[in-house]
Amino acid sequence: MENKQPSFYEEAKSDGISRKDFLKFCASMAVLLGIENSGVGQIVKALETKPRLPVIWFHFQECTCCSESFIRASHPIVANIVLDKISLDYQETLMAASGAAAEDAYKAVMAKYPGEYIVMVEGSIPTENEAYCCIGGRSAKQILEEAAKNAKAVVAWGNCASAGCVQAASPNPTGAQPVHKVISGKPIINVQGCPPIADVMAGIVVHLLTFDRIPQLDALNRPKAFYSRRVHDTCYRRANFDAGLFVESFDDEGAKRGYCLYKMGCKGPVTYNSCGIIKWNDGISYPIQSGHPCIGCSEAGFWDNGPFYQHLPGIEGFGIETTADKIGLGLGVATAAGIAAHAIVTNVRKHKEITNAPETATTIDNSKES
Amino acid sequence: MRSRTIPMREVHVWELPVRLYHWINALCVTVLCITGFIIGRPIAISSGTEAYFQYWFGTVRFIHFVSAFLFFFNFVFRTYWGFAGNEFSRWYNFIPLKKCQWKEIMDVIKVDILQVKHKQIDSIGHNSLASFIYFITFVIFLLQCLTGFGMYSAMSSSFLPKMFAWIVPFLGGDMSVRQLHHILMWGFILFAIVHVYLVFYHDYIERRGITSSMIGGWKFIEEDVVERHNNETEDCPKTTK
Repeated sequence: MENKQPSFYEEAKSDGISRKDFLKFCASMAVLLGIENSGVGQIVKALETKPRLPVIWFHFQECTCCSESFIRASHPIVANIVLDKISLDYQETLMAASGAAAEDAYKAVMAKYPGEYIVMVEGSIPTENEAYCCIGGRSAKQILEEAAKNAKAVVAWGNCASAGCVQAASPNPTGAQPVHKVISGKPIINVQGCPPIADVMAGIVVHLLTFDRIPQLDALNRPKAFYSRRVHDTCYRRANFDAGLFVESFDDEGAKRGYCLYKMGCKGPVTYNSCGIIKWNDGISYPIQSGHPCIGCSEAGFWDNGPFYQHLPGIEGFGIETTADKIGLGLGVATAAGIAAHAIVTNVRKHKEITNAPETATTIDNSKES
Repeated sequence: MRSRTIPMREVHVWELPVRLYHWINALCVTVLCITGFIIGRPIAISSGTEAYFQYWFGTVRFIHFVSAFLFFFNFVFRTYWGFAGNEFSRWYNFIPLKKCQWKEIMDVIKVDILQVKHKQIDSIGHNSLASFIYFITFVIFLLQCLTGFGMYSAMSSSFLPKMFAWIVPFLGGDMSVRQLHHILMWGFILFAIVHVYLVFYHDYIERRGITSSMIGGWKFIEEDVVERHNNETEDCPKTTK
């Protein structure tokens, strides 16, 4: 039974997906991944011939929004990938098995495909006290370390697994850490976002399968194909930014006209993601298109760099509303006051000394010291 | 009419490159702070129109970026001049590694800041405290270039900004880089306020022509101070003579 794993295409075919739809999916994945035209054939071939990817999908401290996002991917084959093809080996939310049977499932994958299986992680890992997240009597850290040891690569889904997200936000009571802080020595792909865009997730999976290697990553281990440009640079409202046309409040004329949301706290200029291009829900819209500023959910520490509706973060320890500008202005006033005081003292103490300075010969008596 | 004759010598302290550096730097910092502040907190100067008709915010950003390049290369030049210039502009003035420099720092604090001691500070160029403060501003310059070009690297393919791209992952993302860049801007503003005041102060107290020295390069220095400086061998060998 386990001698030959069916390929994606075989499984898709048996599910009634036509050859035409299959090819359309391959083409759209090639576009997403930025592969040239001739590369489509590579994807088709890979999906036709390669056995499905053994995947163990863990849920640690998270809200499952990554899985929710994934299963809402626009193309039916994407849903197929997650529901039927890659993740059924072990996926706590979607798998049918439970209890010991579920535990056995992922242990079986680890035993059967050492060095071949991919570990996909949703959620952060508590390190303050590992007991904050336990599955089957073992801590998240233990489970992940064990599974990652013989994995081919680790995919960190979403902001939790990539940067800690809300659990790691100050004061981080569970000592939540992203995957790359817990394991080392394995290729880790951080697929950022809260959640990541479904098509991006599918693109990563297709890439892993087609090319048998991890996609090109940036310095923060995010796939360059999807995270090399800022939301700001691909924003359809960008022209309003350059023209200096800003929404001043959510109900003003500018908001109706679709002006730039920069002053409403938009984090687009500091956020790397593909929202402006791929968009969400089958390419219908994305937050800025719906009139809401980007909250920077694909950036590390976006919760702590709040408030969401203020584009420069508040400064910790000075209250929520305190910005660098308020502190700077305060220091400026303090400096001016200090200067005024100094100028007064200077005049009181030194005026006489200066006006009474000797009119000839040596200057003020200063040669003794120094 | 009040007048007097004091034995003073004219000393050529600031060479032309130092003076040029100073004024280019002053211009750049002023422009960068103003445009930077506008970028961080844009004013609502127009509305009810279409983006097609204007580009003022883009222009403000353009001016900011051009000034940043000028500021950076000016700073690089000044660093070079710290090794090539005269004794008053050399790098060792700015880093208090010698005991006598720390002694002068304490003296300047007592004499000029707290005004609890009366004597004259002898330094012909910058005094040791001023030099040290300038050193701190150089560090801020560097950090500002790192964070600024780091952010700029995302929208540029030229090699110079790319050299600074590593700062973004180092600080964990653009959010913290921008925050740091913004906070450091206030360092420039506070420095400028104090710097300008202290120029007035020193000109008033010491009457060495410190203000015009940054224009003409010459300072009036008391004869005995110059004598001592020329004969100085032990204590604080600031010069290489």
